[in-house]
Amino acid sequence: MAVSVRIPAPLRKLTGGLGDVTVDAGNVATLVDKLEAAYPGLKARLCDDSGQIRPFVNIYVNDEDIRFLKGPDTPVNDGDSVSIVPAIAGG
Amino acid sequence: MDFTEDQIQRYSRHIILPEVGGLGQIKIRQASCFIVGAGGLGAPAAMYLAAAGIGKLGIIDDDNVDLSNLQRQVIHHTRDVGTHKAESAKAKINAMNPDVEVVIHRDRLKAHNARELVAGYDYILDGTDNFATKFLINDLSVFTGIPMVHGGILRFSGQAMVVIPGQSACYRCVFHEAPPEGIVPTCQEAGVLGVLAGVIGTIQATEVLKMVLGIGTVLKNRLLTYQALESEFREVRVKKNPKCPVCGDHPTITELVDGEDRACAL
Repeated sequence: MAVSVRIPAPLRKLTGGLGDVTVDAGNVATLVDKLEAAYPGLKARLCDDSGQIRPFVNIYVNDEDIRFLKGPDTPVNDGDSVSIVPAIAGG
Repeated sequence: MDFTEDQIQRYSRHIILPEVGGLGQIKIRQASCFIVGAGGLGAPAAMYLAAAGIGKLGIIDDDNVDLSNLQRQVIHHTRDVGTHKAESAKAKINAMNPDVEVVIHRDRLKAHNARELVAGYDYILDGTDNFATKFLINDLSVFTGIPMVHGGILRFSGQAMVVIPGQSACYRCVFHEAPPEGIVPTCQEAGVLGVLAGVIGTIQATEVLKMVLGIGTVLKNRLLTYQALESEFREVRVKKNPKCPVCGDHPTITELVDGEDRACAL
């Protein structure tokens, strides 16, 4: 399933500056692994050591928080849009 | 609550707006906002709320103006370097609009003083530069019922959302907790395009005024993000989380707590 993933600015140094990448995945967990394969280091920024999404990072499938869907098991389909939104504390 | 001729002239561009009018301008004059941090976000927010004729601004900051602040903290001038930020901010606001009562605190917002400091204010505006205080402000808003406008900036990104306790998602519904130490770069390491502070800080001030006036659709249950390099505004829907540790059905955070001051973003 070709899914478009929106990379937040703070993580773009890991994607060579790309803000939008396309990944083949069937659910969010696989999508994160595919991102890691393509852009090493990304997973560690999104997930803790046990693989859980970090509490200050949100992942949205079509603007819906996966926490209210099926978490990492949330399915993604062709044409879906995934956004990664981290907390920002600067001021 | 009559306005003087000068005040009618000063606020005339508000008063001619049907959505504001004379009655709306009175609402603005009767409103108060407590701004945490007289820095990048707090500066433009305070200036526009003051220009708009808000009745009372509370400003807390324990820092002094540093030369490296001036690239974005537009309320402070070169001659203010080394002086207290809260005092510097008050002087500019008084000069800009003497109608506004400004109460300053040369202090840090902490668990022990937070409730007392915000008592009586209608809104809280988050102009802080660290996660610990952002979460503290959120919890303070939930516990006191005072609506809060969150803002954050880093590098070329910004975000904003409004928390209306009891009605909308709170900041912890969206981001459960602050990142642990060492995970994220500090603000000084990461940098920020100064004008981002103006973009997000003025959005925060706009949301305060909308709530004061009761007009429009407030930025609640939505997290607005701005990517300056792409000139792109996006928003994601956020929901009140029944499992939220502070505003959920079975809260585990029932008192204000001080977190560790660290870090800027992912």
